[in-house]
Amino acid sequence: MTAETIDDAIAAVEADFALFSDWEERFTYLIDLGRQMAPLADHERTDAAKVRGCASQVWLVSEARDGRLHFRGESDAFLVKGLIAVLLQVFSGRTPAEILSVEPKALAARLGLSDALTAQRSNGLHSMMERIRREAAHATP
Amino acid sequence: MAFDVDAIRREFMILKREVNGKPLVYLDSAASAQKPNAVLEAMAGAMLGSYANVHRGLHTLANETTEAFEGARAAVASFIGAPFVECVVFTKGATQAINLVAAGIDISPGDEIVLSVAEHHSNIVPWHFLRERKGAILKWVDIDDDGRLDLVDLERQITPRTKMVALTHMSNVLGARLRAADAIRIAHAQRVPVLLDGCQAVVHEPVDVAALDVDYYVFGGHKLYGPTGIGVLYGKPDRLDRLKPFEGGGEMIETVTLNHVTYNDPPHRFEAGTPPILEAIGLHAAISWLSAQDREAIAAHEHALKDRLTAALRAENGVRLYGDAPDKGAIVAFNVEGAHPHDVAQIVDREGVAIRAGHHCAQPLMTRLGVNATARASIALYTTEHDIDVFVAALAKARRMLA
Repeated sequence: MTAETIDDAIAAVEADFALFSDWEERFTYLIDLGRQMAPLADHERTDAAKVRGCASQVWLVSEARDGRLHFRGESDAFLVKGLIAVLLQVFSGRTPAEILSVEPKALAARLGLSDALTAQRSNGLHSMMERIRREAAHATP
Repeated sequence: MAFDVDAIRREFMILKREVNGKPLVYLDSAASAQKPNAVLEAMAGAMLGSYANVHRGLHTLANETTEAFEGARAAVASFIGAPFVECVVFTKGATQAINLVAAGIDISPGDEIVLSVAEHHSNIVPWHFLRERKGAILKWVDIDDDGRLDLVDLERQITPRTKMVALTHMSNVLGARLRAADAIRIAHAQRVPVLLDGCQAVVHEPVDVAALDVDYYVFGGHKLYGPTGIGVLYGKPDRLDRLKPFEGGGEMIETVTLNHVTYNDPPHRFEAGTPPILEAIGLHAAISWLSAQDREAIAAHEHALKDRLTAALRAENGVRLYGDAPDKGAIVAFNVEGAHPHDVAQIVDREGVAIRAGHHCAQPLMTRLGVNATARASIALYTTEHDIDVFVAALAKARRMLA
Protein backbone atom coordinates (compact mmCIF):
# COMPACT_ATOMS: atom_id res chain seq x y z
CA MET A 1 0.00 0.00 0.00
CA THR A 2 1.66 3.15 -1.19
CA ALA A 3 0.41 6.55 -0.17
CA GLU A 4 -0.74 8.87 -2.94
CA THR A 5 1.90 11.56 -2.50
CA ILE A 6 5.06 11.87 -0.48
CA ASP A 7 3.25 14.26 1.84
CA ASP A 8 0.56 11.65 2.42
CA ALA A 9 3.28 9.11 3.19
CA ILE A 10 4.92 11.41 5.73
CA ALA A 11 1.54 12.13 7.30
CA ALA A 12 0.83 8.39 7.53
CA VAL A 13 4.12 7.72 9.31
CA GLU A 14 3.48 10.67 11.56
CA ALA A 15 0.08 9.23 12.44
CA ASP A 16 1.63 5.85 13.21
CA PHE A 17 4.10 7.41 15.60
CA ALA A 18 1.42 9.55 17.21
CA LEU A 19 -0.14 6.34 18.56
CA PHE A 20 2.74 5.82 20.94
CA SER A 21 2.86 7.45 24.30
CA ASP A 22 6.45 6.69 25.24
CA TRP A 23 9.84 5.77 23.88
CA GLU A 24 9.40 2.12 24.71
CA GLU A 25 6.42 1.77 22.41
CA ARG A 26 8.17 3.76 19.73
CA PHE A 27 11.31 1.66 19.96
CA THR A 28 9.27 -1.55 19.97
CA TYR A 29 7.45 -0.38 16.85
CA LEU A 30 10.73 0.43 15.10
CA ILE A 31 12.19 -2.92 16.11
CA ASP A 32 9.10 -4.68 14.69
CA LEU A 33 9.30 -2.71 11.46
CA GLY A 34 12.93 -3.69 11.20
CA ARG A 35 12.17 -7.34 11.74
CA GLN A 36 9.48 -7.33 9.05
CA MET A 37 11.73 -5.83 6.40
CA ALA A 38 12.89 -8.26 3.73
CA PRO A 39 16.65 -8.76 3.93
CA LEU A 40 18.95 -7.85 1.08
CA ALA A 41 20.63 -10.68 -0.76
CA ASP A 42 24.27 -11.28 0.13
CA HIS A 43 25.44 -9.97 -3.24
CA GLU A 44 23.55 -6.71 -2.67
CA ARG A 45 25.43 -5.85 0.50
CA THR A 46 28.32 -4.39 -1.44
CA ASP A 47 30.74 -1.74 -0.39
CA ALA A 48 29.12 0.65 -2.86
CA ALA A 49 25.72 0.07 -1.27
CA LYS A 50 27.09 0.72 2.21
CA VAL A 51 26.04 4.01 3.77
CA ARG A 52 28.94 5.71 5.53
CA GLY A 53 28.43 7.73 8.66
CA CYS A 54 26.20 5.23 10.45
CA ALA A 55 27.26 3.70 13.73
CA SER A 56 26.05 0.30 12.62
CA GLN A 57 26.31 -1.23 9.15
CA VAL A 58 23.72 0.08 6.71
CA TRP A 59 23.18 -0.80 3.06
CA LEU A 60 20.80 0.88 0.64
CA VAL A 61 20.10 -0.25 -2.91
CA SER A 62 17.94 1.56 -5.43
CA GLU A 63 16.31 0.79 -8.72
CA ALA A 64 14.67 3.22 -11.18
CA ARG A 65 11.39 2.05 -12.73
CA ASP A 66 8.96 4.21 -14.71
CA GLY A 67 10.59 7.41 -13.54
CA ARG A 68 10.38 6.42 -9.90
CA LEU A 69 13.08 5.32 -7.48
CA HIS A 70 12.54 2.13 -5.50
CA PHE A 71 14.71 1.58 -2.45
CA ARG A 72 15.49 -1.42 -0.33
CA GLY A 73 17.85 -1.49 2.60
CA GLU A 74 19.23 -3.39 5.53
CA SER A 75 21.19 -2.96 8.72
CA ASP A 76 22.61 -5.31 11.30
CA ALA A 77 20.86 -3.37 14.10
CA PHE A 78 17.09 -3.65 14.51
CA LEU A 79 16.46 -0.04 15.45
CA VAL A 80 18.31 1.19 12.40
CA LYS A 81 16.48 -1.35 10.27
CA GLY A 82 13.25 0.12 11.60
CA LEU A 83 14.42 3.58 10.63
CA ILE A 84 15.23 2.36 7.15
CA ALA A 85 11.73 0.89 6.94
CA VAL A 86 10.29 4.30 7.85
CA LEU A 87 12.43 6.03 5.24
CA LEU A 88 11.39 3.51 2.61
CA GLN A 89 7.72 4.13 3.45
CA VAL A 90 8.32 7.78 2.73
CA PHE A 91 10.77 7.72 -0.15
CA SER A 92 10.49 4.44 -2.03
CA GLY A 93 8.40 4.55 -5.20
CA ARG A 94 8.60 8.36 -5.46
CA THR A 95 9.87 10.49 -8.30
CA PRO A 96 13.26 12.11 -7.87
CA ALA A 97 11.59 15.53 -7.73
CA GLU A 98 9.31 14.40 -4.89
CA ILE A 99 12.26 12.98 -2.97
CA LEU A 100 14.26 16.18 -3.36
CA SER A 101 11.32 18.27 -2.20
CA VAL A 102 11.65 16.89 1.33
CA GLU A 103 14.08 18.68 3.61
CA PRO A 104 15.87 16.01 5.70
CA LYS A 105 16.09 17.90 8.99
CA ALA A 106 12.48 18.98 8.79
CA LEU A 107 11.41 15.39 8.13
CA ALA A 108 13.38 14.03 11.10
CA ALA A 109 11.86 16.69 13.32
CA ARG A 110 8.35 16.06 12.03
CA LEU A 111 8.61 12.34 12.69
CA GLY A 112 10.07 12.97 16.13
CA LEU A 113 13.17 11.00 15.19
CA SER A 114 15.80 13.61 15.92
CA ASP A 115 15.29 13.35 19.67
CA ALA A 116 14.26 9.70 19.83
CA LEU A 117 17.67 8.58 18.79
CA THR A 118 21.14 9.45 19.90
CA ALA A 119 23.16 12.02 18.00
CA GLN A 120 25.33 9.40 16.44
CA ARG A 121 22.31 7.47 15.29
CA SER A 122 20.62 10.65 14.09
CA ASN A 123 23.67 11.18 12.00
CA GLY A 124 23.12 7.72 10.61
CA LEU A 125 19.57 8.74 9.76
CA HIS A 126 20.97 11.87 8.19
CA SER A 127 23.48 9.83 6.17
CA MET A 128 20.71 7.55 4.92
CA MET A 129 18.57 10.50 3.86
CA GLU A 130 21.56 12.10 2.17
CA ARG A 131 22.15 8.88 0.24
CA ILE A 132 18.53 8.78 -0.87
CA ARG A 133 18.70 12.42 -1.95
CA ARG A 134 21.93 11.81 -3.84
CA GLU A 135 20.37 8.92 -5.75
CA ALA A 136 17.42 11.16 -6.55
CA ALA A 137 19.69 13.95 -7.74
CA HIS A 138 21.55 11.50 -10.00
CA ALA A 139 18.28 10.20 -11.41
CA THR A 140 17.03 13.68 -12.24
CA PRO A 141 17.26 14.25 -15.98
CA MET B 1 41.86 4.99 54.71
CA ALA B 2 38.22 4.11 54.25
CA PHE B 3 36.75 4.24 50.78
CA ASP B 4 33.46 6.09 50.65
CA VAL B 5 31.93 6.04 47.20
CA ASP B 6 29.26 8.56 48.17
CA ALA B 7 31.91 11.03 49.24
CA ILE B 8 33.78 10.41 46.00
CA ARG B 9 30.62 11.00 43.96
CA ARG B 10 30.07 14.36 45.56
CA GLU B 11 33.24 15.49 43.80
CA PHE B 12 31.78 14.69 40.38
CA MET B 13 29.03 17.20 39.67
CA ILE B 14 28.00 15.50 36.44
CA LEU B 15 26.98 12.33 38.24
CA LYS B 16 24.04 14.23 39.70
CA ARG B 17 22.45 14.85 36.33
CA GLU B 18 19.60 13.00 34.70
CA VAL B 19 19.49 11.39 31.28
CA ASN B 20 16.15 10.83 29.61
CA GLY B 21 14.46 11.60 32.90
CA LYS B 22 16.44 8.97 34.81
CA PRO B 23 19.45 9.41 37.10
CA LEU B 24 22.62 9.02 35.06
CA VAL B 25 24.36 5.65 35.35
CA TYR B 26 27.70 6.19 33.68
CA LEU B 27 29.32 2.92 32.67
CA ASP B 28 31.51 4.25 29.88
CA SER B 29 34.55 5.42 31.81
CA ALA B 30 36.87 3.24 29.73
CA ALA B 31 36.00 5.52 26.81
CA SER B 32 36.43 8.65 28.89
CA ALA B 33 36.12 9.20 32.62
CA GLN B 34 34.29 12.03 34.34
CA LYS B 35 36.40 14.66 36.09
CA PRO B 36 36.45 15.54 39.78
CA ASN B 37 35.98 19.16 40.83
CA ALA B 38 39.68 19.39 41.63
CA VAL B 39 40.51 19.14 37.93
CA LEU B 40 38.02 21.81 36.94
CA GLU B 41 39.19 24.08 39.72
CA ALA B 42 42.85 23.70 38.80
CA MET B 43 42.22 24.50 35.14
CA ALA B 44 39.82 27.33 35.85
CA GLY B 45 42.14 28.62 38.57
CA ALA B 46 45.01 28.85 36.10
CA MET B 47 42.88 30.69 33.56
CA LEU B 48 41.47 32.99 36.20
CA GLY B 49 44.63 33.71 38.06
CA SER B 50 47.91 32.73 36.47
CA TYR B 51 48.19 32.06 32.80
CA ALA B 52 50.66 32.84 30.01
CA ASN B 53 52.69 30.87 27.50
CA VAL B 54 55.40 28.66 28.94
CA HIS B 55 59.19 28.62 28.77
CA ARG B 56 59.83 31.64 26.60
CA GLY B 57 58.58 34.42 28.78
CA LEU B 58 60.54 36.73 31.03
CA HIS B 59 57.63 37.99 33.00
CA THR B 60 55.97 36.80 36.16
CA LEU B 61 52.93 35.10 34.68
CA ALA B 62 55.09 33.24 32.15
CA ASN B 63 57.31 32.06 34.96
CA GLU B 64 54.38 31.00 37.12
CA THR B 65 52.80 29.09 34.26
CA THR B 66 56.09 27.45 33.35
CA GLU B 67 56.45 26.38 36.97
CA ALA B 68 52.94 24.92 36.87
CA PHE B 69 53.53 23.15 33.56
CA GLU B 70 56.89 21.70 34.59
CA GLY B 71 55.38 20.88 37.96
CA ALA B 72 52.83 18.76 36.13
CA ARG B 73 55.65 16.95 34.38
CA ALA B 74 57.33 16.24 37.70
CA ALA B 75 54.04 15.00 39.14
CA VAL B 76 53.52 12.63 36.20
CA ALA B 77 57.10 11.37 36.53
CA SER B 78 56.51 10.62 40.17
CA PHE B 79 53.08 9.07 39.50
CA ILE B 80 54.55 6.45 37.13
CA GLY B 81 57.91 6.03 38.84
CA ALA B 82 59.93 7.62 36.04
CA PRO B 83 63.58 7.97 37.11
CA PHE B 84 63.94 11.45 35.56
CA VAL B 85 61.49 14.24 34.87
CA GLU B 86 62.99 14.54 31.37
CA CYS B 87 61.61 11.08 30.54
CA VAL B 88 58.08 12.51 30.45
CA VAL B 89 56.92 13.99 27.15
CA PHE B 90 53.56 15.70 26.99
CA THR B 91 51.53 14.96 23.86
CA LYS B 92 47.99 15.75 22.85
CA GLY B 93 46.95 12.22 23.74
CA ALA B 94 48.04 8.60 23.92
CA THR B 95 47.43 8.21 20.20
CA GLN B 96 49.87 10.99 19.39
CA ALA B 97 52.38 9.48 21.81
CA ILE B 98 52.36 6.18 19.91
CA ASN B 99 52.52 7.97 16.56
CA LEU B 100 55.50 9.92 17.88
CA VAL B 101 57.40 6.76 18.74
CA ALA B 102 56.47 4.97 15.51
CA ALA B 103 57.55 7.93 13.41
CA GLY B 104 60.75 8.42 15.36
CA ILE B 105 62.40 5.00 15.27
CA ASP B 106 64.67 3.82 12.46
CA ILE B 107 62.94 1.33 10.19
CA SER B 108 64.31 -0.40 7.10
CA PRO B 109 62.28 -2.59 4.74
CA GLY B 110 61.77 -6.00 6.28
CA ASP B 111 62.08 -4.78 9.86
CA GLU B 112 59.38 -6.19 12.10
CA ILE B 113 56.95 -4.79 14.64
CA VAL B 114 55.29 -7.23 17.03
CA LEU B 115 51.76 -6.42 18.19
CA SER B 116 48.96 -8.33 19.84
CA VAL B 117 45.59 -8.92 18.19
CA ALA B 118 43.99 -7.19 21.19
CA GLU B 119 45.43 -3.75 20.48
CA HIS B 120 43.42 -0.57 20.18
CA HIS B 121 43.65 0.94 16.69
CA SER B 122 45.85 3.68 18.14
CA ASN B 123 48.47 1.01 18.75
CA ILE B 124 47.96 -0.58 15.33
CA VAL B 125 47.55 2.11 12.71
CA PRO B 126 50.78 4.03 13.47
CA TRP B 127 52.63 0.74 12.86
CA HIS B 128 50.63 0.15 9.68
CA PHE B 129 52.05 3.48 8.51
CA LEU B 130 55.52 1.95 8.88
CA ARG B 131 54.34 -1.05 6.88
CA GLU B 132 52.91 1.14 4.12
CA ARG B 133 55.68 3.73 4.02
CA LYS B 134 58.82 1.89 5.04
CA GLY B 135 58.16 -1.74 4.25
CA ALA B 136 57.94 -2.87 7.86
CA ILE B 137 56.29 -6.19 8.58
CA LEU B 138 53.64 -6.46 11.30
CA LYS B 139 53.62 -9.67 13.30
CA TRP B 140 50.75 -10.58 15.54
CA VAL B 141 50.69 -12.30 18.90
CA ASP B 142 47.54 -14.21 19.77
CA ILE B 143 45.54 -14.10 22.99
CA ASP B 144 43.79 -16.88 24.85
CA ASP B 145 40.00 -16.97 25.17
CA ASP B 146 40.15 -14.85 28.31
CA GLY B 147 42.06 -12.21 26.41
CA ARG B 148 45.44 -12.81 27.98
CA LEU B 149 48.48 -12.50 25.77
CA ASP B 150 50.08 -15.78 24.75
CA LEU B 151 53.63 -15.27 25.99
CA VAL B 152 54.88 -18.37 24.20
CA ASP B 153 53.57 -16.92 20.96
CA LEU B 154 55.20 -13.59 21.82
CA GLU B 155 58.57 -15.25 22.14
CA ARG B 156 57.98 -17.03 18.82
CA GLN B 157 57.13 -13.81 16.95
CA ILE B 158 60.28 -11.97 17.98
CA THR B 159 63.16 -12.33 15.49
CA PRO B 160 66.46 -10.53 14.90
CA ARG B 161 64.49 -8.16 12.63
CA THR B 162 62.08 -7.09 15.37
CA LYS B 163 62.35 -3.36 16.08
CA MET B 164 59.54 -2.97 18.58
CA VAL B 165 57.09 -4.94 20.67
CA ALA B 166 54.00 -2.79 21.28
CA LEU B 167 51.31 -4.18 23.59
CA THR B 168 48.37 -3.03 25.59
CA HIS B 169 48.92 -3.15 29.35
CA MET B 170 45.17 -3.71 29.78
CA SER B 171 42.71 -4.49 26.99
CA ASN B 172 40.18 -1.70 26.46
CA VAL B 173 37.58 -4.32 25.52
CA LEU B 174 38.27 -7.35 27.67
CA GLY B 175 40.00 -5.75 30.65
CA ALA B 176 42.62 -8.49 30.42
CA ARG B 177 45.89 -7.56 32.09
CA LEU B 178 49.17 -8.13 30.34
CA ARG B 179 51.78 -9.99 32.34
CA ALA B 180 53.94 -7.01 31.54
CA ALA B 181 57.08 -7.96 33.45
CA ASP B 182 57.18 -11.34 31.68
CA ALA B 183 56.50 -9.83 28.25
CA ILE B 184 59.24 -7.23 28.76
CA ARG B 185 61.71 -9.84 29.96
CA ILE B 186 61.02 -11.95 26.86
CA ALA B 187 61.53 -8.98 24.52
CA HIS B 188 64.59 -7.69 26.32
CA ALA B 189 66.19 -11.13 26.18
CA GLN B 190 66.35 -10.50 22.43
CA ARG B 191 67.26 -6.81 22.83
CA VAL B 192 63.92 -5.60 21.55
CA PRO B 193 62.35 -2.49 23.11
CA VAL B 194 58.80 -2.60 24.44
CA LEU B 195 56.09 0.02 24.25
CA LEU B 196 53.11 -0.41 26.54
CA ASP B 197 49.76 1.23 25.93
CA GLY B 198 48.76 2.09 29.47
CA CYS B 199 45.54 4.00 28.77
CA GLN B 200 43.38 1.58 30.77
CA ALA B 201 45.97 0.06 33.11
CA VAL B 202 47.13 3.35 34.57
CA VAL B 203 43.58 4.07 35.72
CA HIS B 204 43.12 0.83 37.58
CA GLU B 205 46.51 0.01 39.07
CA PRO B 206 49.69 1.78 40.19
CA VAL B 207 52.25 1.71 37.39
CA ASP B 208 56.00 1.81 37.98
CA VAL B 209 57.83 2.18 34.70
CA ALA B 210 61.24 1.78 36.29
CA ALA B 211 60.29 -1.45 38.03
CA LEU B 212 58.75 -2.72 34.79
CA ASP B 213 61.91 -1.73 32.92
CA VAL B 214 59.62 -0.74 30.05
CA ASP B 215 61.13 1.32 27.23
CA TYR B 216 58.09 3.40 26.34
CA TYR B 217 54.86 3.84 28.27
CA VAL B 218 51.93 5.89 26.97
CA PHE B 219 48.60 6.99 28.38
CA GLY B 220 46.08 9.78 27.99
CA GLY B 221 44.71 12.19 30.54
CA HIS B 222 41.00 11.87 29.96
CA LYS B 223 40.50 8.26 31.05
CA LEU B 224 42.50 9.04 34.18
CA TYR B 225 39.90 11.53 35.47
CA GLY B 226 41.87 14.31 33.79
CA PRO B 227 41.18 16.51 30.79
CA THR B 228 41.15 15.62 27.11
CA GLY B 229 43.88 17.00 24.89
CA ILE B 230 46.81 15.70 26.88
CA GLY B 231 48.73 12.46 26.84
CA VAL B 232 51.98 11.21 28.21
CA LEU B 233 54.87 9.48 26.57
CA TYR B 234 57.39 8.06 28.99
CA GLY B 235 60.64 6.96 27.38
CA LYS B 236 63.89 5.71 28.79
CA PRO B 237 66.47 8.48 28.43
CA ASP B 238 68.61 6.62 25.90
CA ARG B 239 65.51 5.79 23.86
CA LEU B 240 64.27 9.35 23.76
CA ASP B 241 67.78 10.55 22.88
CA ARG B 242 67.79 8.40 19.76
CA LEU B 243 64.18 9.08 18.73
CA LYS B 244 63.83 11.44 15.77
CA PRO B 245 61.75 14.57 16.34
CA PHE B 246 58.10 14.13 15.45
CA GLU B 247 56.75 17.56 14.65
CA GLY B 248 58.80 20.64 13.88
CA GLY B 249 58.12 24.05 15.31
CA GLY B 250 58.88 26.36 18.14
CA GLU B 251 60.08 25.10 21.51
CA MET B 252 61.63 21.91 20.09
CA ILE B 253 64.70 23.56 18.56
CA GLU B 254 68.05 24.70 19.85
CA THR B 255 69.10 26.86 16.88
CA VAL B 256 67.54 27.53 13.51
CA THR B 257 69.45 29.06 10.57
CA LEU B 258 68.57 29.29 6.90
CA ASN B 259 70.39 26.05 6.15
CA HIS B 260 70.45 24.18 9.41
CA VAL B 261 68.52 23.29 12.52
CA THR B 262 69.61 21.71 15.75
CA TYR B 263 67.18 20.28 18.23
CA ASN B 264 66.46 20.83 21.85
CA ASP B 265 66.95 17.97 24.29
CA PRO B 266 64.13 15.63 25.29
CA PRO B 267 61.43 16.12 26.38
CA HIS B 268 61.19 19.54 24.66
CA ARG B 269 62.44 18.09 21.37
CA PHE B 270 59.12 16.30 21.10
CA GLU B 271 56.92 19.19 22.17
CA ALA B 272 56.75 21.45 19.14
CA GLY B 273 54.55 24.49 19.48
CA THR B 274 52.67 25.69 22.50
CA PRO B 275 52.01 22.58 24.59
CA PRO B 276 48.69 21.70 26.25
CA ILE B 277 49.41 23.93 29.23
CA LEU B 278 46.02 23.99 30.91
CA GLU B 279 45.53 20.32 30.20
CA ALA B 280 48.84 19.54 31.91
CA ILE B 281 47.69 21.51 34.92
CA GLY B 282 44.42 19.57 34.85
CA LEU B 283 46.23 16.26 34.56
CA HIS B 284 48.41 17.21 37.50
CA ALA B 285 45.28 17.89 39.54
CA ALA B 286 43.77 14.55 38.46
CA ILE B 287 46.76 12.47 39.48
CA SER B 288 47.20 14.37 42.72
CA TRP B 289 43.54 13.80 43.48
CA LEU B 290 43.74 10.12 42.57
CA SER B 291 46.98 9.62 44.48
CA ALA B 292 45.34 11.08 47.58
CA GLN B 293 42.74 8.30 47.46
CA ASP B 294 43.31 4.80 48.76
CA ARG B 295 44.09 3.14 45.46
CA GLU B 296 44.02 -0.37 46.89
CA ALA B 297 40.56 0.29 48.23
CA ILE B 298 39.51 1.67 44.84
CA ALA B 299 40.84 -1.42 43.10
CA ALA B 300 38.94 -3.64 45.55
CA HIS B 301 35.77 -1.58 45.04
CA GLU B 302 36.02 -1.81 41.24
CA HIS B 303 36.82 -5.49 41.37
CA ALA B 304 33.80 -6.22 43.57
CA LEU B 305 31.52 -4.30 41.20
CA LYS B 306 33.00 -6.10 38.22
CA ASP B 307 32.27 -9.42 39.94
CA ARG B 308 28.72 -8.30 40.75
CA LEU B 309 28.11 -7.32 37.14
CA THR B 310 29.74 -10.43 35.73
CA ALA B 311 27.69 -12.68 38.00
CA ALA B 312 24.46 -10.91 37.02
CA LEU B 313 25.24 -11.20 33.31
CA ARG B 314 26.24 -14.81 33.65
CA ALA B 315 22.94 -15.58 35.38
CA GLU B 316 21.05 -14.37 32.30
CA ASN B 317 20.47 -16.83 29.51
CA GLY B 318 21.44 -15.50 26.15
CA VAL B 319 24.11 -13.11 27.33
CA ARG B 320 27.59 -13.86 26.14
CA LEU B 321 30.59 -12.52 28.06
CA TYR B 322 33.96 -11.92 26.43
CA GLY B 323 37.25 -12.21 28.26
CA ASP B 324 36.77 -13.41 31.77
CA ALA B 325 40.21 -13.62 33.29
CA PRO B 326 39.86 -13.58 37.09
CA ASP B 327 42.37 -10.76 37.57
CA LYS B 328 41.02 -8.58 34.77
CA GLY B 329 40.31 -4.90 35.12
CA ALA B 330 36.80 -3.56 35.58
CA ILE B 331 35.82 -3.63 31.91
CA VAL B 332 33.08 -6.04 30.86
CA ALA B 333 32.36 -6.84 27.21
CA PHE B 334 29.25 -8.79 26.33
CA ASN B 335 26.59 -9.42 23.72
CA VAL B 336 22.91 -10.23 23.92
CA GLU B 337 22.21 -13.15 21.62
CA GLY B 338 20.19 -12.18 18.59
CA ALA B 339 20.53 -8.45 19.23
CA HIS B 340 22.96 -5.89 17.93
CA PRO B 341 24.90 -4.16 20.72
CA HIS B 342 23.88 -0.79 19.28
CA ASP B 343 20.25 -1.67 19.90
CA VAL B 344 21.10 -2.72 23.44
CA ALA B 345 23.04 0.48 24.13
CA GLN B 346 20.25 2.68 22.81
CA ILE B 347 17.60 0.98 24.87
CA VAL B 348 19.55 1.13 28.13
CA ASP B 349 20.31 4.78 27.36
CA ARG B 350 16.59 5.46 27.63
CA GLU B 351 16.91 4.15 31.19
CA GLY B 352 19.73 6.60 31.86
CA VAL B 353 22.52 4.06 31.45
CA ALA B 354 25.57 4.95 29.35
CA ILE B 355 27.44 1.99 27.90
CA ARG B 356 29.60 1.66 24.83
CA ALA B 357 28.77 -0.52 21.84
CA GLY B 358 30.70 -1.13 18.69
CA HIS B 359 34.10 -2.42 17.72
CA HIS B 360 35.81 -0.28 20.38
CA CYS B 361 38.56 0.70 17.94
CA ALA B 362 39.76 -2.89 18.08
CA GLN B 363 38.64 -4.55 14.86
CA PRO B 364 41.35 -7.25 14.85
CA LEU B 365 40.17 -8.23 18.34
CA MET B 366 36.56 -8.35 17.14
CA THR B 367 37.71 -10.69 14.35
CA ARG B 368 39.57 -12.80 16.89
CA LEU B 369 36.40 -13.00 19.02
CA GLY B 370 34.32 -13.81 15.94
CA VAL B 371 31.98 -10.80 16.30
CA ASN B 372 31.37 -7.50 14.54
CA ALA B 373 30.78 -5.58 17.72
CA THR B 374 30.18 -5.96 21.44
CA ALA B 375 28.56 -3.95 24.17
CA ARG B 376 30.87 -2.83 26.96
CA ALA B 377 30.22 -1.64 30.47
CA SER B 378 33.20 -0.14 32.26
CA ILE B 379 33.53 0.64 35.93
CA ALA B 380 35.27 3.56 37.59
CA LEU B 381 35.95 4.56 41.18
CA TYR B 382 32.63 6.46 41.31
CA THR B 383 30.55 3.48 40.15
CA THR B 384 28.13 2.07 42.74
CA GLU B 385 26.35 -1.23 43.33
CA HIS B 386 23.17 0.65 42.55
CA ASP B 387 24.58 1.62 39.13
CA ILE B 388 25.21 -2.03 38.37
CA ASP B 389 21.73 -3.05 39.48
CA VAL B 390 20.05 -0.31 37.43
CA PHE B 391 22.05 -1.39 34.42
CA VAL B 392 21.20 -5.07 34.87
CA ALA B 393 17.49 -4.17 35.08
CA ALA B 394 17.77 -1.95 31.99
CA LEU B 395 19.49 -4.76 30.17
CA ALA B 396 16.67 -7.13 31.07
CA LYS B 397 14.26 -4.64 29.54
CA ALA B 398 16.37 -4.41 26.40
CA ARG B 399 16.37 -8.17 26.13
CA ARG B 400 12.57 -8.29 26.46
CA MET B 401 12.17 -5.65 23.77
CA LEU B 402 14.62 -7.30 21.42
CA ALA B 403 13.54 -10.89 22.08
